[in-house]
Amino acid sequence: MSESPKRLIADVERLAHTQVNDCYQCGKCTAGCPRAGVMDAGPTRLIRLVQTGDVLEAAACESVWQCVSCLTCTTRCPKSVNIAGVVDALRQISVERNITARKYSRTVLFQKEFLRNIRRNGRTNELELVAAWKLVAFFDDWSPFKALADARLGIPMLTRHKLHFKPGSPVKDKAVVRRIFDRCAAKRKSETEQEQD
Amino acid sequence: MEFGYYPGCALHGSSNDYEQSVRACFDKLGVKLSELEDWICCGATAAHSINQKLATALPARNLAIAEKSGCANLLAPCPMCSMELIKARQAIQADEAVREEMSEIVELPVTGATEIVNLIQVFQAIGLDAIKSKVTDSLDRFKPACYYGCLLTRPPKTLRFDDCEHPSSMETILRELGAEPVEWNYKTECCGAGMTLCDPGTVVDLAHKIIANAKKHGANVIVTACPMCQMNLDMRQADVVKKFAESLDMPICYLSDMVGLALGLTPEELGINRHYVALRV
Repeated sequence: MSESPKRLIADVERLAHTQVNDCYQCGKCTAGCPRAGVMDAGPTRLIRLVQTGDVLEAAACESVWQCVSCLTCTTRCPKSVNIAGVVDALRQISVERNITARKYSRTVLFQKEFLRNIRRNGRTNELELVAAWKLVAFFDDWSPFKALADARLGIPMLTRHKLHFKPGSPVKDKAVVRRIFDRCAAKRKSETEQEQD
Repeated sequence: MEFGYYPGCALHGSSNDYEQSVRACFDKLGVKLSELEDWICCGATAAHSINQKLATALPARNLAIAEKSGCANLLAPCPMCSMELIKARQAIQADEAVREEMSEIVELPVTGATEIVNLIQVFQAIGLDAIKSKVTDSLDRFKPACYYGCLLTRPPKTLRFDDCEHPSSMETILRELGAEPVEWNYKTECCGAGMTLCDPGTVVDLAHKIIANAKKHGANVIVTACPMCQMNLDMRQADVVKKFAESLDMPICYLSDMVGLALGLTPEELGINRHYVALRV
């Protein structure tokens, strides 16, 4: 699959509303990043990869999903590059192309289940979300240890009335939520198709 | 005084102690909250990680509902929700094309007329003098470490609230109520709450850094205005203690818990009794 680097850069910039070439690689974002110490490619390097057109390589990095979206990088950038926005764009591209770092597939599955949950209910149903995510993640990595991790949190949450079998007031117009989801997916699809023409 | 109210999923779910605390506090202060009719989830991290359009559209639907109901000021006590709502509002206000596109996607006209406020801003709007006139108990036994986390002040260009590196709005309120806020290092460091289920190892490390620093600087309670920070630092504290083998015993309270205690509300009325680490009141 040979794809024009130019087109990929344009896609990132449109999704993140930012200009990656404004970055002069000073490293301030990485210096303040609470996760930089464990990342395979810190924010400075991710931006560099996008600048050079290696967008798919950047999107496949583990760091894209190690990021905790704290926005310190975007806040401190002396050139006002929306670095956290670029990370979000890389996440979206990695999901759309199914090139997410294998080690973080549980994280990706969680975000997908979260959206599926809102699409269905309008608001998150936490118990349903966790159960669904644990199940799909188990069929992905077959780790009973990970599947059962945090199960012990359930009882203390129930006794504190923080977990509910029956969630609070439900959304009345759930159909409109599904239409919003479908329209956003369709818009994205037509945008990327237009670019390829 | 009246505010529109967008609870968000957390306050109707695992952080319903926050809603209890906010409502009890505002009842006492005579602030009326009118919950947004048929609100939907703001999309949170999942939406801005997977579909940028959706990350604007979900909050836009709520903005449109607020506008339709004539709501001028909408309180979103969860900083994740308020940040997403403000971000969407600014995108809609800045660009005619976005306004039209969003109105079409969410099936309601949306112009971004409704102002979004966080919990601290509501206390500021009520005014310190008005709050102090109703105070029955001094908070002088508390040395709070005020913890702002990520999304109350970041990104500053979007939120335009307090100082993004050295915020002090919570300290100002608590000092007036008799507490002695401590100076410490990690007011705006991230606790990793968004990854608390996916990546607990990371979260425990980040939480340790924050709680240990607050303790080192003499705090006897961490005060936050974020349901995710509270839940994460409170519920995960047992894991932190286990991993780092040090005693922390640091209660994590909401700003409204502290104000509520000063107003004479009981821990039970505020829901503090449902936290994990007990607050000695």
